[in-house]
Amino acid sequence: MTMPAPGSGITKRVVLAAADMDRALTRIAHEILEANKGSADLILLGIPRRGFPLAQRLARKIAAVDDAVDPDLITGQLDVTMYRDDLRRNPTRSPQATQLPPSGIDDKVVVLVDDVLYSGRTIRAALDALADLGRPRIVRLAVLVDRGHRELPIRADHVGKNLPTSSRERVRVHLGEVDGLEGVAADEVVIEDRT
Amino acid sequence: MKHLLSTRDLSAASALRLLDVAEEMSAVGEREIKKLPALRGRTVVNLFFEDSTRTRISFEAAAKRLSADVINFVAKGSSVSKGESLKDTAQTLEAMSADAVVIRHPASGAPARLAASDWIDAAVINAGDGTHEHPTQALLDAFTLRRHWARIGGNASPGTTLAGMKVLIVGDVLHSRVARSNVWLLTTLGAEVLLAGPPTLMPVGVGAWPCTVFYDLDVAIAQRPDAVMMLRLQAERMNAAFFPSTREYSRRWGFDDGRLALLDIMGLDDTVIMHPGPMNRGLEISAAAADSPRSTILAQVRNGVSVRMAALYLLLSGDTHDDDQHDDEPQDDAQRDEPDDNEPHEPLHPLPIPEGRTR
Repeated sequence: MTMPAPGSGITKRVVLAAADMDRALTRIAHEILEANKGSADLILLGIPRRGFPLAQRLARKIAAVDDAVDPDLITGQLDVTMYRDDLRRNPTRSPQATQLPPSGIDDKVVVLVDDVLYSGRTIRAALDALADLGRPRIVRLAVLVDRGHRELPIRADHVGKNLPTSSRERVRVHLGEVDGLEGVAADEVVIEDRT
Repeated sequence: MKHLLSTRDLSAASALRLLDVAEEMSAVGEREIKKLPALRGRTVVNLFFEDSTRTRISFEAAAKRLSADVINFVAKGSSVSKGESLKDTAQTLEAMSADAVVIRHPASGAPARLAASDWIDAAVINAGDGTHEHPTQALLDAFTLRRHWARIGGNASPGTTLAGMKVLIVGDVLHSRVARSNVWLLTTLGAEVLLAGPPTLMPVGVGAWPCTVFYDLDVAIAQRPDAVMMLRLQAERMNAAFFPSTREYSRRWGFDDGRLALLDIMGLDDTVIMHPGPMNRGLEISAAAADSPRSTILAQVRNGVSVRMAALYLLLSGDTHDDDQHDDEPQDDAQRDEPDDNEPHEPLHPLPIPEGRTR
């Protein structure tokens, strides 16, 4: 499915279509429940921007399996901007809101949710941010795409798809909640390569 | 944004971004661990050539919550002529590799001089210069007003402007840098600004400001403002007879119990009373007004820390040092601010020099 974008030297390749993404998320939801032996003490924290809608989707899938779960009460958003190690090297980023579920995160099983796992630096920042907010019993990591090229000793517990990539390529995750234009279903994962 | 010198040259987009970041910073103040590592290893110098308690403490708390190191430099009583001493001080701070200088100075334009000079490379934040500007005070006032405005409108604070809001600023506008910064910022954010005060305490050229001027407080209140901001009567700057007596000032220009009752009679249930502090209770504001549920005075102090955290964060994070090796990596959620605007601005109409300041 390689098609050059019109008027640019960038080729785009769809690696996960909407249905593939949905299947991967369903599997991750089941894996989370399996690893946790149920939904007890489970909290899903999404990392802005696209981790949060993914966490919401996972929570809905978990609630569909387990009636005792209210998806709104187990999801939250964890902003890691202020904990990044590249604040001085990149243009200024605006922090996003951090919202924790009402139960807090102390002694909970927190699953961090992000769209793409790459260098691992975002997750390192997320672990630091988490430590300032409370003390979870266990922290796990779920990502939609693992594209390799880790720079830190971090790995994901639940992976939607492993994508071997070249560091020249860019992996873009499009989600209806964040990128959706009116009437366009935007769910897909695309690899872009400059040619 | 490299420096924060005035609100006059602040665009609506930059101001809103700062207020939105401040909104996230205020959430940190409610956590158990009220600290973020964002400015670890950076040095912020508080350079105060003029007395201040709350502004200095507020900046210190803001810098410390962002994990910066803070050096308090109280340069009071320096006998060297002003230009020279500022240069020497700046070069000392440069040698100590300060990343940001928070400066309060009795001379209008001192922070701009520091920012435009090549004496120092640090980001300069104006914490009040003469009778010119006090931008972080105006930003915290705007932040407080915006929260109030969003709450009555039933909206979320981030992204909201002050469009449709009517703000009345009362008192000694002539000597007030707070009033000037607020006039520029609040109008930039869409609010309508009204000024009221005795003619002797209105600056020359106030007619050219983007606001309506009233010379009778009760007529101004009849315009049904959404917020009334009382200015401090600056006794230390009163070198001439601006009004016959403090009692007369208090009767005509003070927000007393009668005017507090008037707001209730007029049905202005959502009108708040603001004061930048420190207050002269019983002079420009009565104790009942200052302690009433309408008063936002303590909220203003609280919000000051959040707004100053946002200013320090926005000025000190990011690749401000000409380092363009990352330019080929645009981040989807991080766009560049508008181009740095460090040129000293030629005022459209000269700022009046208060009596007694010239000699």
